[in-house]
Amino acid sequence: MKSFARSGVLGLVCAFIAAPAYAADVSTGPCGFCVLWDWIPFILNGFALNVVISILAMMLALVLGIGLGLMQISESKLASVPARFVTQLLRNAPWIVILFMIMSLIPYRIEVQGWGNFILSDWIKATFAFSLPVMANVSEILRGAVASVPKGQWESAESLAFSRGQSLRWIILPQCVKQMIPHLMNWFALLVLATPLASIIGVREAVGSAQAAMESAGSSPTLLIPFYFFLMMIFFIFIYPVAIWSRRLERNYAINS
Amino acid sequence: MDAILTLIAPFFRDLYETTGINFNVFYDPYQFKRFLIGAENSILLILAAILLSVIVGVAGAAIQQSRSTWLRWLVGGYIQLFRNTPPMVQLLFFYFGLGAYAPQVDMGGYYQPMVSAFGWAVIALGIFGGAFNVEIFRSGIEAVPKATLEAAESLGFKPWQTFVYFTLPLAFRICLPALTTNLVSLAKTTSLAYVISVPEMANMLNQVWSSTFNIPEMMAVLFCFYVGVVWLLAAFLHWLERRLRLRGYSK
Repeated sequence: MKSFARSGVLGLVCAFIAAPAYAADVSTGPCGFCVLWDWIPFILNGFALNVVISILAMMLALVLGIGLGLMQISESKLASVPARFVTQLLRNAPWIVILFMIMSLIPYRIEVQGWGNFILSDWIKATFAFSLPVMANVSEILRGAVASVPKGQWESAESLAFSRGQSLRWIILPQCVKQMIPHLMNWFALLVLATPLASIIGVREAVGSAQAAMESAGSSPTLLIPFYFFLMMIFFIFIYPVAIWSRRLERNYAINS
Repeated sequence: MDAILTLIAPFFRDLYETTGINFNVFYDPYQFKRFLIGAENSILLILAAILLSVIVGVAGAAIQQSRSTWLRWLVGGYIQLFRNTPPMVQLLFFYFGLGAYAPQVDMGGYYQPMVSAFGWAVIALGIFGGAFNVEIFRSGIEAVPKATLEAAESLGFKPWQTFVYFTLPLAFRICLPALTTNLVSLAKTTSLAYVISVPEMANMLNQVWSSTFNIPEMMAVLFCFYVGVVWLLAAFLHWLERRLRLRGYSK
């Protein structure tokens, strides 16, 4: 683990050294890193939206995904077949395609009888769109985890007169939680890495903010490398600990089981 | 291709005239051409990115077997950097950031960048996918049983022969399931090339729906196209897995 951390840091250092060297020999515009310095608070402000979107989308995906996963393992064909179909469909579609579909197919304003009007701003739609592929994968993770519990556990539960629902609730699912957590964290990381897509539809998150900043700073080509590199770094700093932590959990699980 | 269009056009034109559901890419020759360009570019992009990512993966895994600590750290840093940053920002970084410094070719009067948007998409996505492939190939190489390699050595195979005839074929089979997962996910990620205006499916269909406003229909086409292509790729790789499976050698 230590060597991983060290190698990552080393890579960053190398990249930092390489980037200004590039910028120096072509530059005819302002010093990119100096301009970047003034815009850092603005970009970080945008990044806060990435974090909010990913946390909300993750929570939604967990709730919907667990529901869909339970439907998938249901004994009734009426529930399991559609659930499996939806899971496979959303797992196989790229994020950007799902985002486009949600953006164009969900109206801007929704009227709910007795509740009034709801304005769905773009970032809320994006949050919903991002939650869908994660939902499908949570559903699949749950199905896989339940399938990996030894048959003997089900049989013992049955012999103790637990119903199917009770066995799931008290015996099977508690055993699944521990092995699901690293996978869920992994998907959270993938979700965060997908949130820049929201900038395509005009949401001012980190990437959208950085592009707006570059435009107001005069769109000089010398800004491009520092700004995009800085964007990569903030995502890296946010995601790398999650990646290390999930790998550690996974390894602990592998040892204990 | 024209033959296909004449075959399906009556059905889709009839569908439009009776129900108003406008799949014009399947009856209007002009829009059909856009669909074909998009399909061709998307599929080429997927294949090229997969090929480059596999090459990068094998090269990276080979370097990780080397004795030099520095080289191994460098590869480790590359893996962590590309795995933990958004692929879309990587694509923008390559296309706009590095692209601004790429050499230009004199086309007689005007200058054109040597690497096109498509080229940058292949490079960026290949490097992104490669970061995952390195670890996959490395785990495959490490999982080859020591006893097999010792047996090869005792039969008089030289180290490089052992590597080429025993380690690689076994490692490839061992890591194929993980590789399948990653390549399928890379194929989905290639749709990001939309952001640097590669004329792939999403971009071409965007042109269609911008001119004829049949957004839901074109969304359905886009969705089915990707689900279909990804499904085909997964089916091929699973077939390869079964095809290459060794008897009595599970996992």
